[in-house]
Amino acid sequence: MKTNMMIKIIVGLILSLLIATTQAEELLMARTKQSFPEAMLKLQETILKLGYKVSRIQRIDIGLTKSGYETDKYRIVFFSTEKEVAEVSKKYPHLVPYIPWKIAIFAEQQDTLLVSADPIQFSNKKYPGADKYLLKWKKDTQNIMQILRQSE
Amino acid sequence: MPQKYYLLISLFFLFASPLVQANTNGEQLYTTHCSACHGANGNGGVGVPLALPDFQYGVTNDYLKETIRHGRPGRIMPAFTSLKNNEVKAIIKHLRSWAPGKPFKYSNKKIKGNIKHGKQLYAKNCAACHGANGKGGEGTGVTFSRPRNLPVIAPALNNSGFLASAPDLMIKTVLMNGREGTPMLSFLKQGFSEKDIDDVVSYVRSFEKTVVSKKTRENVNPIISYESPYPLKETLAIIKKAIIGKNFRIIRQQYLNQGLVEKGKENKKQVMIYFCNFNFLNRALAIDPRVGLFLPCRITAVEKNGKVTVTSINPLYMSRFFNNAKLEKLCDEMHQVYVDIVEESTF
Repeated sequence: MKTNMMIKIIVGLILSLLIATTQAEELLMARTKQSFPEAMLKLQETILKLGYKVSRIQRIDIGLTKSGYETDKYRIVFFSTEKEVAEVSKKYPHLVPYIPWKIAIFAEQQDTLLVSADPIQFSNKKYPGADKYLLKWKKDTQNIMQILRQSE
Repeated sequence: MPQKYYLLISLFFLFASPLVQANTNGEQLYTTHCSACHGANGNGGVGVPLALPDFQYGVTNDYLKETIRHGRPGRIMPAFTSLKNNEVKAIIKHLRSWAPGKPFKYSNKKIKGNIKHGKQLYAKNCAACHGANGKGGEGTGVTFSRPRNLPVIAPALNNSGFLASAPDLMIKTVLMNGREGTPMLSFLKQGFSEKDIDDVVSYVRSFEKTVVSKKTRENVNPIISYESPYPLKETLAIIKKAIIGKNFRIIRQQYLNQGLVEKGKENKKQVMIYFCNFNFLNRALAIDPRVGLFLPCRITAVEKNGKVTVTSINPLYMSRFFNNAKLEKLCDEMHQVYVDIVEESTF
């Protein structure tokens, strides 16, 4: 019992230190040379490779051309796992409106841009246990962006 | 101390060490932090075309450094405060690889011109592009896949980031020579004397006294959340009514874990309602296409231990990620919409 408590304290300490040493950015963004359909495929494939499931792809294209855009290629990709949604929603109410995690993807002329918030921005001292998810989402979102950046 | 503790502490250092080490590969840093806006080869897009030769020769390394450090508050370009000094240097070195040759060097000498006369000249010759009182060209640079008529949007000269980065002599040189590849003309060629230009520089510098500090949103809660006195089913019905009452359209109702679990096995006590107002959406997208991170609008109702909690994102909290003053106004509006819906469905 005592050992378990010690482990929890140490893990908590480690996560807090990791959060403290991880500088929060505001947005995580990437530009890929891939066309929009290719980038969409690569994004979904990468999400799956990292062990997540795409829970929904939301089209954001109604009226886009009317508001002056040359393209209507705009989607929001939501992803998570059953276990993560269950645990996070049970223990961390401050993250409920932000799960499943999402990446916005849209065409910018020949390129495609990806945008996500930095999960560390949602770290809350009241819920230190949530930091392990935030750190994981940040690392995975950065990985996704890096893989897309390197895709030609 | 048991062996497992040593293992955990070692793991910490293993994970933490790459986070505190500086990366000095300028190209890699540029790709990660800058290319999404400035383009892979500095050709611009959202941000200034950094590869433009006249820009390269006209700005000093200090100007670039200070711009990276301060950003342009409210004008998209964020302040990269977490980059280490040698990382900033590496990025600048990479930027410089696009235009061989040496950039201008300016001293920090202050120009003392006639502010009153500078103001008159500014109003007549500069305000059409740079806006009254130096507020900058319309739009904040984010054009993404919209028609783009000009390579740049006239910078906001009253921006604290600009004023902290640009020495007087740099502003004077740009006024004298113009900037090829952009609409900025040489004002010497337009008939200005050097004294006139000094007067305009002094007027621009005087904006420092009027710079309004950015509204701080540091103590804003990331969520809007209230407990409902009603059972889940009834709460959902009231939420929908409140959404429609706010002139939004309900797009869809689904469970929080829908799409992640087998159909029929969803947690029926966690429900999301997605909604939208297309007019509002188009206004937001016209200001900043990255607002996809807010979309679609959503209220989540969760029943736990017999209590129902109604929650949404807080647009005021999200708005600070975008550094877009125009978007902040819309976020204020959207915040009120969320508060009204959540309050109405829980009182």
